[in-house]
Amino acid sequence: MSRQSHHEVEIDPITGHETTGHDWNGIRELNTPFPRMVIWALSLAFAYSVVAWVLLPAWPLGRDYTRGLLGLDQGRMAVENYRHLEQARADWVVPFASADFASLATNPGLMARAMPAAARLFADNCAACHGVEATGGPGFPSLADGAWLWSADPAAIAETLRYGINSPHTDTRFSQMPAFGRDGLLTREQVAAVADYVLALSSGNADPDSHGAAIFAENCSACHGDAGSGGLGIGAPVLADDHWIYGGTRDDILATLGGGRQGVMPAWEGRLSPAEINMLAIYVSRLNDGGNAGDGR
Amino acid sequence: MLRLHYNLEKLSMGLVVGIIVAASIGGAVEIAPLFTIDETVAIPDDLRPQTPLELAGREIFIREGCYACHSQMVRHLADEIDRYGPYSLAAESAYDHPMLWGSKRTGPDLARLGGKYSDAWHVAHLINPRAVAPTSIMPAYPWLTARLDTDILSAELATLALLGVPYSEDMVANAGRDALAQSRPDSDGAANVTERYGETVAIRAFDGDTSRLTEMDALVAYLQSLGTLTRAAYETLGQEAAR
Repeated sequence: MSRQSHHEVEIDPITGHETTGHDWNGIRELNTPFPRMVIWALSLAFAYSVVAWVLLPAWPLGRDYTRGLLGLDQGRMAVENYRHLEQARADWVVPFASADFASLATNPGLMARAMPAAARLFADNCAACHGVEATGGPGFPSLADGAWLWSADPAAIAETLRYGINSPHTDTRFSQMPAFGRDGLLTREQVAAVADYVLALSSGNADPDSHGAAIFAENCSACHGDAGSGGLGIGAPVLADDHWIYGGTRDDILATLGGGRQGVMPAWEGRLSPAEINMLAIYVSRLNDGGNAGDGR
Repeated sequence: MLRLHYNLEKLSMGLVVGIIVAASIGGAVEIAPLFTIDETVAIPDDLRPQTPLELAGREIFIREGCYACHSQMVRHLADEIDRYGPYSLAAESAYDHPMLWGSKRTGPDLARLGGKYSDAWHVAHLINPRAVAPTSIMPAYPWLTARLDTDILSAELATLALLGVPYSEDMVANAGRDALAQSRPDSDGAANVTERYGETVAIRAFDGDTSRLTEMDALVAYLQSLGTLTRAAYETLGQEAAR
């Protein structure tokens, strides 16, 4: 304090600011305080933070925290808002929780609301494997070609959606093409003969008296039906058409016969609601219907 | 107020003391809550640590920079719950060192990915994303078919055990063997993996080939484990999950 009293207030002629009295070889240090605006903003921000501590969740206290007078909880708010979303959709979603597919599919009002939503669900959940146009790809069946592995019935499609195929779900559908070549069930020569026969089946000019036909009848028709006609509802594809999951060249067929196939469809129970699954089942069952699934595309 | 500034400018030690006091308050406010983090984040009873194979996959996830485009945190928003499932809990990543929550989403969030797609889809998608998603901008990772190096897994588990992840001595000692066994369901070691890590662990040839243990096996095992380590998050929606 005594130093201060010795110092005479000196004003810098250019800026008009007071100097600190320090003199560094002729350079004088200015006493330039914080702008008042900044001090005020800082004080206001501090005051706001005190208010926020009181009103909002703020301080951790071991296993708990100060909850704030407003009692806000982001998690609870998110779930509440999610429930509101569900409620807003309830009038056209809830009816789909019923498995009465025939009456659901013939209710145009419901379908007009639900099918665009089903298209969105398909894009978000199913399109990754089955393609945005549901045309599938190598290893992932097309849903738009009318060739069904299990059934075209929405109830059966809903079951596949719910439990999956070869999935970890306990109620999963199960389907396996054995590795006839690798596991030694057929010789190389037999595999080649069957491959030729299967290739001929798809083009409609198979010889029922051929060597391949005999091996097919003994080893393959139990799942794929007589002469690959399918229709047994056990997930084995029809072979007497030109729809392929793993490719229809001779090499593809040899690979399938040699190493087997066991494609996996995930189980959607728990990830999608029962109503969403039924909605999707109807949507998927109509995908081969000349684009009449009602998704507005 | 002007005099205070005037004096602080003149007395440098006073300025130093002022800085230390201000910075200490800021530091204490930021750091002090971390001392009680163990009590703040309650670990769910059913939370399991990742298996060695999943952990190796996590390392590959980090190595390839997947986190740069994919977050692993469902936010507290209704539409996030609608699309991905229940919002993420801190406890779900209690055993993650470091956590991979992320905030930038060039691709979708992965926090609830486990079980959503088949292994075959993941393999096809990682080798060439355009093969299954024609409009995807994700890079291809064809080199993941390389053999997986399991030599460092024991050391890695031991390190995580030091950080509080409940890996037993048994788990640490058998990390390499368990990684191999998890990809070979018919092997003798597969039962050991179930015994050590629980019934919910998936034991499969994730890349579709039981003869080789590849980086693909590890990464797909990791991706299929995301969101499946505990069911605690589903309790926030008041729903019991199917599996």
